[in-house]
Amino acid sequence: MTIEIRMPALSPTMEKGTLAKWLVAEGDIVESGTILAEIETDKATMEYESIDDGVVGKILVPEGTEDVAVGTLIAVLLEDGEEAAALENISSEATSEKTETSVAVATPEAPAVKAPVAAPDPVPPTGNRVFSSPLARRIAANKGIDIADIPGSGPHGRVIKRDVEGFVPVAKAVSAGPAAAEGDAPYTEVKLGNMRKTIAKRLTESKQTVPHFYLGVDIELDNLLAARKELNNLSDAYKISVNDFIIRASALALIKVPEANVQFGGDVMRHYGRADISVAVAIPGGLITPVIRGAELKGLRQISDETKMLAKKARDGKLMPEEYSGGTFSISNLGMMGIKQFQAVINPPQAAILAVGSGEQRAVIKDGKVTAATVMSVNLACDHRAIDGAVGAEFLGAIKTFLEHPSTMLL
Amino acid sequence: MTVEKFDIVILGGGPGGYVAAIRAAQLGLKTAVVERENLGGICLNWGCIPTKALLRSAEVFHNMKHAADYGLVAKDLGFDLDKVVSRSRGIAAQLSGGIAHLMKKNKITVIEGEGRLVKPGLLSVARDGKKVAEVAAKDIILATGARARELPHLKADGKLVWTYRHALVPNVMPKKLLVIGSGAIGIEFASFYNELGADVTVIEMMDRVLPVEDAEISAFALKSFTAQGLHIQTSASVTKLDRKKDTVVCTVEDKAGKTQIHEVDRVIVAIGITGNVENIGLEENSIKTDRGHIVVDEWGHTGVQGIHAIGDLTGPPWLAHKASHEGVILVEKISRDRGDKSITDLHPLDKGNIPGCTYCRPQVASVGLTEKAAKDKGHKVRVGRFPFIGNGKAIALGEAEGLVKTIFDAATGELLGAHMVGAEVTELIQGYVIARTLETTEAELMHTIFPHPTLSEIMHESVLDAYGKVIHF
Repeated sequence: MTIEIRMPALSPTMEKGTLAKWLVAEGDIVESGTILAEIETDKATMEYESIDDGVVGKILVPEGTEDVAVGTLIAVLLEDGEEAAALENISSEATSEKTETSVAVATPEAPAVKAPVAAPDPVPPTGNRVFSSPLARRIAANKGIDIADIPGSGPHGRVIKRDVEGFVPVAKAVSAGPAAAEGDAPYTEVKLGNMRKTIAKRLTESKQTVPHFYLGVDIELDNLLAARKELNNLSDAYKISVNDFIIRASALALIKVPEANVQFGGDVMRHYGRADISVAVAIPGGLITPVIRGAELKGLRQISDETKMLAKKARDGKLMPEEYSGGTFSISNLGMMGIKQFQAVINPPQAAILAVGSGEQRAVIKDGKVTAATVMSVNLACDHRAIDGAVGAEFLGAIKTFLEHPSTMLL
Repeated sequence: MTVEKFDIVILGGGPGGYVAAIRAAQLGLKTAVVERENLGGICLNWGCIPTKALLRSAEVFHNMKHAADYGLVAKDLGFDLDKVVSRSRGIAAQLSGGIAHLMKKNKITVIEGEGRLVKPGLLSVARDGKKVAEVAAKDIILATGARARELPHLKADGKLVWTYRHALVPNVMPKKLLVIGSGAIGIEFASFYNELGADVTVIEMMDRVLPVEDAEISAFALKSFTAQGLHIQTSASVTKLDRKKDTVVCTVEDKAGKTQIHEVDRVIVAIGITGNVENIGLEENSIKTDRGHIVVDEWGHTGVQGIHAIGDLTGPPWLAHKASHEGVILVEKISRDRGDKSITDLHPLDKGNIPGCTYCRPQVASVGLTEKAAKDKGHKVRVGRFPFIGNGKAIALGEAEGLVKTIFDAATGELLGAHMVGAEVTELIQGYVIARTLETTEAELMHTIFPHPTLSEIMHESVLDAYGKVIHF
């Protein structure tokens, strides 16, 4: 009997992978433990070990083939003493898939600007299944420990009682005794909520994997403030904020410079045809980013109303997932907190975020004269994989123009 | 003499040794077993299996005696002791032959003879005092087992005073029998001989029978044994055996120092087990022993490079399934230490999950902590009980005598212990053993659907009772 070598599942969620490299050739003798190939997944490159002894009879999927489904026959081993004739009837069931794949790769189907695609993934679902014993879960719950934080030592990494009992939360030091001012400062530990965990996970991922670069610019607000005053004086039915202008300006700039309304997708670039603006709202225990969808099509009043409504729902903890997931660009505004300027962390998988400081009277020089103006510093953080410096600068320039000349937003 | 080389040599072909050997062979290790007597060891030849055969005869006989209870007629009841014994021996022989086949199938070399450790890595084998072989292996596993413990004043002679070994092959049915010790071995023989008509007295030094079991189970069993006509004296010890021509005059002393004389036909000494640590080269190789057992770490390492020990030889509980499991774990550990990456999830044996079974009538089985041990360890407990009388199947079987007791940790719902007495509980206990191994709480046990009508429903009800949800009582 020949021994079938199939595409391995290197992680529980792996469905397909790239056969990066064959480390054996047809005719090679392999034994249990021999590294056969390197398999790439979206997460890592791993070595694929043989668990059988034999001779490599036929390699059915050449190296470099992408998207090989888990379970696909990729090679055949001949057992000791087996003749190569045994291979005659073996054809690659992967051939068709492989061909398809290569066709797909060969067609220079440029990552066209697709019609507005569904919004990107919502906040990743917390609670990926953790294999654990019921008793371990019960003890962890009693102790207020998240079972997901505990490494498992049971079969297949299952978290069992001894793991929970032996688990020492990170940062847990010897608690400070009554002898004040000696040893570590006294502290209390509060269990992380899902929001805090999601923030920690996603922003860590962002800072570690997204190559950020920053562009800063000062924006004069006097025209905008005058327009705002005029609009707000016209009616008590609404109250437009500076931030509403920034949302609209950003949305229009994304449409004007579509190269900035993108997202890096590994082997594709996603170009959005609509400006969905995520607005960071501080809420107890963290922050959340409700989304003003299609903000380029919405007027200031509508943006203002929506933002207020969403911010209120956010503070009340009543936002629905579809109200905070997605978004093609983010704005974080700490101006009202008196922050002059700051740099923000990109909210993945988005490619840029605008950090907005406070508007303040500053001395500016115009026509060689020192004069007063209301100036606001903003910084744009960009994912360099998706947005290059010139595109970022053009985009930020567009925002500046819209804000400094608010009537252009009417065009 | 040429020295034959192996990867692993195992001294002793009992349930520890032969199972370790098969696992080693599965892992591709060249393996030899050195056995001085019978493959399968005491368990298969002189312990677990032949006693079960005898007890089965006793059980069938018991049912015949109670035929009328089932509307059946059985007349001229009797037994042929020789045939009862030869059935038991035949079963042992059949199974021992089966082990020989397993050794062959797994290409394990079996060397007959008495093995002795020469030095780490080298074992010599002798037959009738003559050296017949030398075998070398990087790893040597000592699995020589254990035998009945004897005290100077309670020495067995095989004629009037027996150990389990003699009690397994009686040539005569004693009219009066005194059993010293009410652990599993003593009680099983007491049960067997009592059923076949002997007048049996059991002397127990502790204050209750089956002293390792939960006190409530022990009390339940005592009541049942007494009702069957067994005489049981606890908190007493046998101080003297005076052997006459065909009888033994036994002096029994109680706690207060009062003595009593029993004249009986035969005595069975079942006062414990001691490891076979002699003449296997332990002293020369500085292998530590403690009270008749080899001292090992949690994996079975003796502390001397390449020398390991498993099973009864390393101490209680003296159970075949513990020895087998230790053997598998140790061999996998050795293989992993040699670089075998296929071995994962390897952990030392958890002694808290070793079930214990006693095949007297009614049967007794348990796993985990007794109620007292749980409380002594500081657990706040919830205890559930359910009697066999509340179970339809038990009544239909005519086996309404029994009790299942479950002990849970009140804070976590951990099943700390399960204790059973009654018909077929030795077959039922594994349900709770799995529950403990999987670390279920009371919730999963309650959600489990137990088939109706079965005795296993008693297990469910006992759990429900611990949480005030019992249905049928």
